[in-house]
Amino acid sequence: MKKRLSAYPYMWRLPLLIWQGAFFVGPLVLMVAMSFWLVRNYRMEPDFVLKNWDKMLGRDYFWNAYWVTFFRATLAAGLATLIAFPASCALAFRASDTARRWAVFFLIVPFFTSYLVRVYAWQVLLAESGPLNAVLAHLGLGPFTMLNSGFGAMVGYMTLVLPLVVILQTFSLAAIERDLIEASWNLGASPRATLFRVIIPSARVGLILGAVFAFILSFGDFVSPFYLGGSKPPTLSILIIDTTKSGQQWPRAAVVAVMMIVTLFVVAFAAVGAAYGRRK
Amino acid sequence: MTNKPISLTRRGLLMGAAGAALSAPMINRAWAAEPTTINMLAWYGHAEPDMVAEFEAENNVKFVPKYYAGGDNMLALIAQSPPGTYDIILSDAEFVQQLNAAGYIEEMDPSLFPFDDFYPAYQKFPGHWTGDQLWSVMVRFGLLGVSYNTDALTREEAMSYNCFWSDKVTGKLGHFDWHLPNLGQMSLLMGNNSPSPFDISEEAWEAVQEKTLSLKPQVGGYFDYGGTFSSLKNGEMLAMAGIGDWITGVLQKDGAKVASVIPEEGGIQWTESYSIGKGSSKHEIINKFIQYMLSPRGQVRSIQMAAYPGLSPTRSGWKAIQEANPAEAERSGLIEGHDQSPIKLLSEGRVHIRQIPQQQSLEDWNDFWSEYKTA
Repeated sequence: MKKRLSAYPYMWRLPLLIWQGAFFVGPLVLMVAMSFWLVRNYRMEPDFVLKNWDKMLGRDYFWNAYWVTFFRATLAAGLATLIAFPASCALAFRASDTARRWAVFFLIVPFFTSYLVRVYAWQVLLAESGPLNAVLAHLGLGPFTMLNSGFGAMVGYMTLVLPLVVILQTFSLAAIERDLIEASWNLGASPRATLFRVIIPSARVGLILGAVFAFILSFGDFVSPFYLGGSKPPTLSILIIDTTKSGQQWPRAAVVAVMMIVTLFVVAFAAVGAAYGRRK
Repeated sequence: MTNKPISLTRRGLLMGAAGAALSAPMINRAWAAEPTTINMLAWYGHAEPDMVAEFEAENNVKFVPKYYAGGDNMLALIAQSPPGTYDIILSDAEFVQQLNAAGYIEEMDPSLFPFDDFYPAYQKFPGHWTGDQLWSVMVRFGLLGVSYNTDALTREEAMSYNCFWSDKVTGKLGHFDWHLPNLGQMSLLMGNNSPSPFDISEEAWEAVQEKTLSLKPQVGGYFDYGGTFSSLKNGEMLAMAGIGDWITGVLQKDGAKVASVIPEEGGIQWTESYSIGKGSSKHEIINKFIQYMLSPRGQVRSIQMAAYPGLSPTRSGWKAIQEANPAEAERSGLIEGHDQSPIKLLSEGRVHIRQIPQQQSLEDWNDFWSEYKTA
């Protein structure tokens, strides 16, 4: 039979394609192009010069910021995964359906308020004269400098990503067939062996996706490193702000942004490969 | 039955049309009474009611502000808008020359403004004039020195930028996140005061960089406007470089234990002035507004501006604030002979106008600032 090209299925894909083209591919192409433009008299002029790339990638401060951002995002992803896992296991295996539904609801509630507002709340809580240090002082500890530090920024990252990671992990853990776990028990596997050889491999996709989302969100976040980390040291998102503020160097900021996107692509593809790749 | 609504509608339509025709002159009159809008490009606070409400009511005008954050941002906003978008532009003095060079502002008539009332040092402000041509009129200024928590440092200790290196503020020194005032202060500490902390040789610039890097272990953070406020207010930062009374003056009103002084090494002056935007058709009312702001009552408002206080360049402004609010005059040194009086500090060579770097490019200074932040 001759293959007939039907427009019908393509029609259904069209909205997605238009959406992606207008809001992802288009701006991305523009940004890459912009990274070759020049700024004259505070006005951007289309051009094709490598000066911006040379300028940004040739500076130590760019690479310092790059590795700080990469390290922090990796740490945030690792921490979020570890902190979330016991909670997700409890929700997936121990909690009743009703309890789990309520728990998921309460994990979504934080998204009702702006992330910036929640970070401002942390500013009050973490301050040296704040309630947290007051409680610690009663125990004869502190005061600790928590604000304007790497610790402060990490608290912010967790605020941003932890609910999402718990939700993703819970769903993937809850989807594991109980028979597999029971079989593992019946065959005499220790709890440890069950965890590492049955539960974690079965929930691999959710665990990896949770960590990747945590990485992506932390990598690009501006709010936490700025308002809780005191820009000390600056991350790539802060570098973008600094670059645009001084001399309206949007093309150089575009260089930073392109580098960030490339990094996220590499990390995301590697993670998806690890999540959905064939098992050994 | 079915015809009735239609006929009613038709009648209603006719009546409505007649009504509209009759009331048209009224609408026109209402339009005529609409206030003239004046588009202002300024730092935050300049078109708020505490500054302009009185003038708006007296002259039936309405200010429509577009607020910017920083001179670069201002230049970009103008560059991206068609001529005539902004009627009045409030700018920092160091950017007036760039506004002028780019042709963004119109020449002004010096005879309209009370320059005789200005203290002589401010009459021919650098950059505002080319020969006898006037491009911008200074309206207020302020001084940047050492800002500190009064529980942590004494006034005597704060009288030198060396207090930033004190054990008492280790990890508690904040920077206002802009290279120009911070590096200007470091330059003053290194003794670069003649002609200006911003006009320094390569050698001196190297020394400034080295000295600045030695401050790194003291630094608790780099803050924007809001962060500077909150970190000083809640005691998270005990000293702050790159700012002055424009921040601590507001906090003092709230009862925070903070203060600013101009140290022995000297301070940096920020200066704000009004220019008329190129292509504006509202010269007359803008000139009237600038006259109002330079009048004693306008200066009393400017000195106490809610967003951030500023000093007065006019003699009558000083006199007016001494009468209207003696405590504020005392606090801000607007009394002749006061030890923090800007005129006295200026005569002692302890105040230097903030400028863009003269012997290095702005980019060099900015690059170093980025390096310092990631060091």
